[in-house]
Amino acid sequence: MTDLITPITMPKFGLAMTEGKITSWNIPSGAQVEAGQEIADIETTKITNGYESPASGTLRRQIATEGETLPVGALLGVLAEPAVSDADIDAFIAKFQADFSSDNAADTPADHAEPIMVSVGDLTLRVQEAGQGDATPVLFIHGFGGDLSNWMLNQNALSTDRRTVAFDLPGHGGSSKNVGDGTPAGFAATTAALLDKLGITSVHVVAHSLGGAIALELAKTCPQKVASLSLIAPAGLGQSINMDFIEGFISADRRKTLEPVLNYLVHDKTLISRKMVEDIIRFKRLDGALQGLQTIAKACFPNGRQAEDLRSVLASFAGPAQIIWGEADEVLSPNDAKNLPDTIPVTLLPQTGHMPQLEKAADVNAALIKLAK
Amino acid sequence: MSKKSFRQAINEALRQEMQRDPRVILMGEDIAGGQGGSAGVVDAWGGVLGVTKGLYTEFGAERVFDTPISEASYIGAAVGAAATGLRPVAELMFVDFVGSCLDQIMNQAAKFRYMFGGKARTPLVIRAMYGAGFNAAAQHSQALYPLFTHIPGLKVVVPSSPYEAKGLLIEAIRDDDPVIFLENKVMYDDEEEVPDEPYSIPFGEANLTREGDDVTIVAFGRMVNFANEAADRLGKDGISCTVIDPRTTSPLDSATILECVEDTGRLVIVDESSPRCNMATDVAALVAEQAFDALRAPIRQVVPPHTPVPFATVLEKLYLPDAARIESAVRSVMAYKKAKQDA
Repeated sequence: MTDLITPITMPKFGLAMTEGKITSWNIPSGAQVEAGQEIADIETTKITNGYESPASGTLRRQIATEGETLPVGALLGVLAEPAVSDADIDAFIAKFQADFSSDNAADTPADHAEPIMVSVGDLTLRVQEAGQGDATPVLFIHGFGGDLSNWMLNQNALSTDRRTVAFDLPGHGGSSKNVGDGTPAGFAATTAALLDKLGITSVHVVAHSLGGAIALELAKTCPQKVASLSLIAPAGLGQSINMDFIEGFISADRRKTLEPVLNYLVHDKTLISRKMVEDIIRFKRLDGALQGLQTIAKACFPNGRQAEDLRSVLASFAGPAQIIWGEADEVLSPNDAKNLPDTIPVTLLPQTGHMPQLEKAADVNAALIKLAK
Repeated sequence: MSKKSFRQAINEALRQEMQRDPRVILMGEDIAGGQGGSAGVVDAWGGVLGVTKGLYTEFGAERVFDTPISEASYIGAAVGAAATGLRPVAELMFVDFVGSCLDQIMNQAAKFRYMFGGKARTPLVIRAMYGAGFNAAAQHSQALYPLFTHIPGLKVVVPSSPYEAKGLLIEAIRDDDPVIFLENKVMYDDEEEVPDEPYSIPFGEANLTREGDDVTIVAFGRMVNFANEAADRLGKDGISCTVIDPRTTSPLDSATILECVEDTGRLVIVDESSPRCNMATDVAALVAEQAFDALRAPIRQVVPPHTPVPFATVLEKLYLPDAARIESAVRSVMAYKKAKQDA
């Protein structure tokens, strides 16, 4: 009987996520749901995200109440067909809760791997590794002003059969604040050195925004290291860029001025949580952070335009490549994905801003997994 | 990034600024371990609560030195050193001792920039412990930040957590004006995540530690933690509070306080300093004058009684504001109904 019952449990959105709060149920008890339908909103310390149903069925029970905070894996609700009796559901819940509390006691620490600090030349880079396996590793490169937490909804999904690496670029997050000349080529050289240091010869590169230009530079200078390119709202394919975002991100020094700037990043503005704003303010207060961002902006976006045109690098890249872009991107235009070779699939996501990997994590992950197979 | 105590955060701020700038020196009673004379054990103390421990060993006797037990002389020396090119951080031990060196602070350091036509700089930091709850009796327990706030020309910092303490102390050391940096002595073992890198938090910019719709709570120093605790408890009953940590009492971020009161219409102020002419009365006056129309209930102050801080533990506990008293003040402003409602 239990195979007719699907537990809905607290998901793990990010490596650091240990608990989440149900902010709202979007489906009433007793209603029919489809797999992939957003059934609840779940808030972590970093983000509020829609939780998509793992299966189709009738939402027979809502165990978690709105406003309740529960550990990852805790039972939120139960899906089952109408034919399943209430008694069977009660028995299922009782067994789940008994098993869960004992599982919870033996929490696996490997799941909560902390970032490590890796020396690369004169720099120290903060690196988050996950997963193991024989498949070609995945490398995540974030964009301007970002850090490895930009991949919190993606890294786990790609770590089931392989090693994955996310890191903070120089000048960002917990890495050294020395950004060198601040060009994509300079960051690509650092990225290549990091791969050497980690003993990784070839990776599927997943890169976002300015990280896209860095990935293309990496593909140009070290093609043997790049097994594939998945470019999410990448820089380097056009000239225009929203300088209100770049300049606002640099100049904002308090929550009130930073929040409207961060709103450019997403279509659903409620995704910009208080914690996200505070984390960025805290990063910007670090000695050298502001100068690093200024150097990068000057090198990459002089006179309010993108300095580097890397379309030819993408067009001549020998391996598989794809582009993912939000149709409602307010920082870089999805029009930049036009007129590329037909061999490069472009996924345009409706009602999605500049950070599809956060806003449409499931769609992005599916595309990333497909290319990395 | 790692967990650090309030004590470690302050020590790290001092160490990193001393590494960065050779002009930064430390002076105070027993900060190096009692080698004022020829005797004494090197680096034995690091101040009475161990905050500066290790700095003598790292930076030597020329930059970290014990002073005689004479606040008038060494605070005066620190003021002079600041006026002539160094960036001294002088430790006053207990802020209660300021009486014996108030002229040097109030009438000299605070006035130099003004008296010399803006041409003099006095990059001085005076660190001192404040606050009750340590069973240290009436002469070692006062919260005297209102005294300094009253004096134009001084900047006054009251950090509420380890993260805040490190960033605000670095800002204080880099500031070209005299800064009074007050550390609540009960908080030295409080821990939280603090970046390993140096960072600075600007003065005069309040931090909202909670955001809500019903009541604004303004709290200072250690009281911010009690206010957060009360706000979290009240949140479970559907009362949502904004908690403002002004960080600095001078300059004071009055704009943020006024904006939050405009939003919530209710104000509770938590201040552990003596209740007459303290920060609670200051903020209450600000709001009564500039946001009167926004108020839906009287302003409530959660403050100690106007007495010396008692030594007896039970009385000291009774003396200090706590989360329960903040909670009941918030409930009282929520329950308030105007006597003359509009007809």
